Amino acid sequence: MTSMSNDAGPMDPAANGPLTIAGESFNSRLIMGTGGAPSLLGLEAALKESGTELTTVALRRVQAGTEGSIWEMLQSNGIRALPNTAGCFTANEAVLTAKLGREACETTWVKLEVIADDTTLLPDPIELVAAARILVDDGFTVLPYTNDDPILARKLADVGCAAIMPLGAPIGTGLGVLNPRNIAAIVADATVPVILDAGIGTASDAALAMELGCDAVLLATAVTRAAEPVRMARAMRHAVEAGRDAYLAGRIPRREQALASSPTTGRANLDLAL
Amino acid sequence: MSTHVVINGERVAVDGTPSVGDLVAHQLGASAPDGRGVAVAVNSEVVPRGAWASTLVADGDHVEILNATQGG
Repeated sequence: MTSMSNDAGPMDPAANGPLTIAGESFNSRLIMGTGGAPSLLGLEAALKESGTELTTVALRRVQAGTEGSIWEMLQSNGIRALPNTAGCFTANEAVLTAKLGREACETTWVKLEVIADDTTLLPDPIELVAAARILVDDGFTVLPYTNDDPILARKLADVGCAAIMPLGAPIGTGLGVLNPRNIAAIVADATVPVILDAGIGTASDAALAMELGCDAVLLATAVTRAAEPVRMARAMRHAVEAGRDAYLAGRIPRREQALASSPTTGRANLDLAL
Repeated sequence: MSTHVVINGERVAVDGTPSVGDLVAHQLGASAPDGRGVAVAVNSEVVPRGAWASTLVADGDHVEILNATQGG
């Protein structure tokens, strides 16, 4: 096990297959969240272009007179809804919200978020593990949004989470993958799929996450708040596919010094005329 | 007589002794008549969809009626 296992390429033949979480397979390794879109129609177009088969939704109070239902839109496009616990600060709140999500979306899957405060939006690791343990025991398939901390990732897998979703950078920042070595370390240690969640700003960020060996990328605002969301959705789809292929292909080792790719033997003597 | 409950943070007086199903129908109007994509908690306990019709609310109950909406 090495912290730079991405340089050596994947060893697991199953890596060539589809993304599999808790026994369910997905052809797309891009999970697109629905947050931040100004309109339901625009969101639908971006989701379709992204090719995503799984998308996050939040649970909020019903408001009379809101346009259409995101639930119906997802149903009609065959996209599976993954309810989240966004906005929860304690394990208790998150557990109740997860149960409401299970009711509303008719799924035992939950994107578990327990954040520490409104400023950083960083996960509260202690409440997160507590909530994960309760939900796993209650039969949920738990996908926790977590810090890019390899030890915390291991703890979450130990309590039975179905995937680990470390942040690349804080939610909504678009700063990309701030600590690629930690992400690579989480991947190297992981016994469940690793999904890079949060912080993606543009296509190269998503490609890098996949090159590091992540099994999938989850992003929302990088698409929904782009100037042209549908075009960015397409870019992200290509980036995730390209990054996955690059990871599977096995990149060349980094070298300190140049190495010619043309033969060094058989060169003509062309300096006579100079 | 009417029952006074708090629905999504607002105090509401409802005729008679309403069920959770009555409150959902009132809150949703025609937008989601079957209640799919919707979840309800009464006093921080989830009420499964199958029990909406048979669960009556009482004075002072806090009812949260939520639906799936956009979110990361």
